[in-house]
Amino acid sequence: MTALSAPAASRGCACCCEPSEAELYVRLDEVIGEYRDKPGGLIPALQTAQSVFGYLPEPVIRKIADGFGKTVSEVTGVVTFYSFFTLHPRGKYLVRVCLGTACYVRGGKEVLDAFKKRLKIDVGETTPDRQFSLEVGRCFGACGMAPVVMVNDTVHQRVKPARVGELVNRILAGGAVAVEKEQA
Amino acid sequence: MGYKQYILVCGGTACESNQGIALFNALKSAVISNGLVNDVQVVRTGCLGFCEKGPIVKILPQDTFYVEVKPEDAETIVKEHIVKGRVVSRLLYDKKQSQINVGIEGIDFYQKQFRIVLRNCGVIDPDKIDEYIARDGYKALEKVLFTMKPQEVVDEVSKSGLRGRGGAGFPTGKKWSFAAAQPAGQKYMVCNADEGDPGAYMDRSTLEGDPHSVLEAMTIAGYAIGADKGFIYIRAEYPLAIQRLETAIAQSREYGLLGKDILGSGFSFEIEIRLGAGAFVCGEETALLASIEGKRGMPKPRPPFPAVKGLWGCPTVINNVETLANIPVILTKGGLWFSKIGTATSKGTKVFALTGKINNSGLIEVPMGTTLREIIFDIGGGIRNGKAFKAAQTGGPSGGMIPPQFLDTPIDYENLGKIGSIMGSGGLIVMDEDDCIPNIAKFYLDFTVDESCGKCAPCRIGGRKLLDYLKKICNGDGTNADIENMQEISEAMARASLCGLGQTASNPVKSSLRYFMDEYKEHIDEKKCRAGKCKNLLRYTIDAAKCVGCTACARVCPANAIAGERKQPHVIDKTKCIKCGQCFEVCKFHAVNRA
Repeated sequence: MTALSAPAASRGCACCCEPSEAELYVRLDEVIGEYRDKPGGLIPALQTAQSVFGYLPEPVIRKIADGFGKTVSEVTGVVTFYSFFTLHPRGKYLVRVCLGTACYVRGGKEVLDAFKKRLKIDVGETTPDRQFSLEVGRCFGACGMAPVVMVNDTVHQRVKPARVGELVNRILAGGAVAVEKEQA
Repeated sequence: MGYKQYILVCGGTACESNQGIALFNALKSAVISNGLVNDVQVVRTGCLGFCEKGPIVKILPQDTFYVEVKPEDAETIVKEHIVKGRVVSRLLYDKKQSQINVGIEGIDFYQKQFRIVLRNCGVIDPDKIDEYIARDGYKALEKVLFTMKPQEVVDEVSKSGLRGRGGAGFPTGKKWSFAAAQPAGQKYMVCNADEGDPGAYMDRSTLEGDPHSVLEAMTIAGYAIGADKGFIYIRAEYPLAIQRLETAIAQSREYGLLGKDILGSGFSFEIEIRLGAGAFVCGEETALLASIEGKRGMPKPRPPFPAVKGLWGCPTVINNVETLANIPVILTKGGLWFSKIGTATSKGTKVFALTGKINNSGLIEVPMGTTLREIIFDIGGGIRNGKAFKAAQTGGPSGGMIPPQFLDTPIDYENLGKIGSIMGSGGLIVMDEDDCIPNIAKFYLDFTVDESCGKCAPCRIGGRKLLDYLKKICNGDGTNADIENMQEISEAMARASLCGLGQTASNPVKSSLRYFMDEYKEHIDEKKCRAGKCKNLLRYTIDAAKCVGCTACARVCPANAIAGERKQPHVIDKTKCIKCGQCFEVCKFHAVNRA
């Protein structure tokens, strides 16, 4: 499931190791083929497409609409209804500050403000270097350790506004999101 | 099994994000380096509930319960506890104890709890189907398939008195009987795991800790209503739960407990996982079905109810995760057994996610009829930092704020309804004297306005208007007429909205107006926020008697609003003050007052 929230295409630089756009569209054709005849397959197809491209640009939406025999407006309607989908590229690290109730009463808002200040972006925006996107979460079900922040798939607990800068530096150094692998 | 001892490590989200995986690995390494691989098994379990004190490690057969264990402690645990048989007192909840068998008996958090839904959470490795089976797992399914007719299954569930744990509390047996009564043909069984209520995580923990219980229950339900296909609609935000479900589904297929001709009974059932895409309204059943169908998740008017006309027009039963987790136990122990637990109208237990300004945050399961006082003060250990209890919110944004005078009300569906709240899915958020009631109401409305799908006007427009009034009041611009308007709009929304989201969205406003009118009045008449949360209503002043003239406040003030000579009392210019509070934070002499 990591692929869903950590978009492959937006990972790292745009150097030769990245798949070319043409290759991505080949993959998109496969995705459409896989879900086209499945009842209710549109949303899983969009989710997979987003994990391939990192976001859902207009040409991708058009192609999916064609593949599913639906109008572009219908597919766009679905895309814009759900907060999971994004029409714009996201950063390498998606920072989601939880503003669920438990986090809110334990200072989640102040944590969000600290991120805005440190990253110099507002909610829904991406830093110019494409490293960070900032979003608000609605409860990750980790309320026991409020306030929490989710960076890609990693939950950070009891985050203090004063230590947000340090957390950002740790993420940039690659030390705060790498998922520890379990021993076999 | 030839192991002499087991080290259980909590693998819930709370503990895992607190170096839990490193701890698990460290314990495994320590067991290997001490040459104990054949004697000791390290098991990663589901949530043990006591998230506040995580990561938790439990050692069997002594039942020793260690809290706040760090990876560095792994070696000590293995060397001292396992090898020498000596308890590591500093890791116990009560550090004064020295016996090795200090379990959960002495921990207030676990007293008064009664586990049905969470029976396997923290006991088994959720990734191993054999451990579920060893704890009587799939026994109910076997019993149902070979000894009961579908109607008998429905009757047994009806007899138990089980009601839906997703919020509204509709009797589960009745729901099943509606779908079972529909003519044979394509029917569906859906598990609602779109736990969107902020502050609630019992479904997440159940799925992470005991995924097979939900799969077993869905299969039983499928047999009872005549469905051969099930969907689990789960939030994409729960990667660990999804992963464990996928593993569980693959394993039960392999064991012939899912798929074609289950256990040779002739009954076939398939389960597919569908990921939610981030819309709170999809917790509402008709919206959830629309989303599975690949559409915008917007609710439809009922009737027809999904049990008659649901997914792709076919009869569909939708049950919440917690509801389902009860089913296997009901069928093994009998509906009658279950119906003896709880109150007259609400049977069984309820899982609550206890959070907010509480000492012991965590996941608890108590019999219906337990009082809020027992939950907050006995299990929860009271309010953080010795502050005063102000209110508890059940039911999240759809529930109401419960004031101190109802602390002794036994919690069940009816009682919560009477005092203006709802059971909801089980979030229980505790607020203390530092929380501002109108501000919390504003927070909830902000949420529901954001999550309203916009299909019906009462919810779309009413919610927006309520939010506008609350903002106005918190800014100090409120009038008494606003209160009347809010009451009227709240009623209209409750009566005229299409689905549960809109019908209950005004509950935080209604309940807070009912019990905390004095706080609204203070905001409106005196322009005062007693909790100090509404920035516009704050006044900062300097107490000349305490001020030593150190100039720290004047230096930090971004608006140059503080003036005064060195070693002389300073003064804040109210016209320049932007109420940022930095002077209040920086003053070491408590000379800055905030009121």
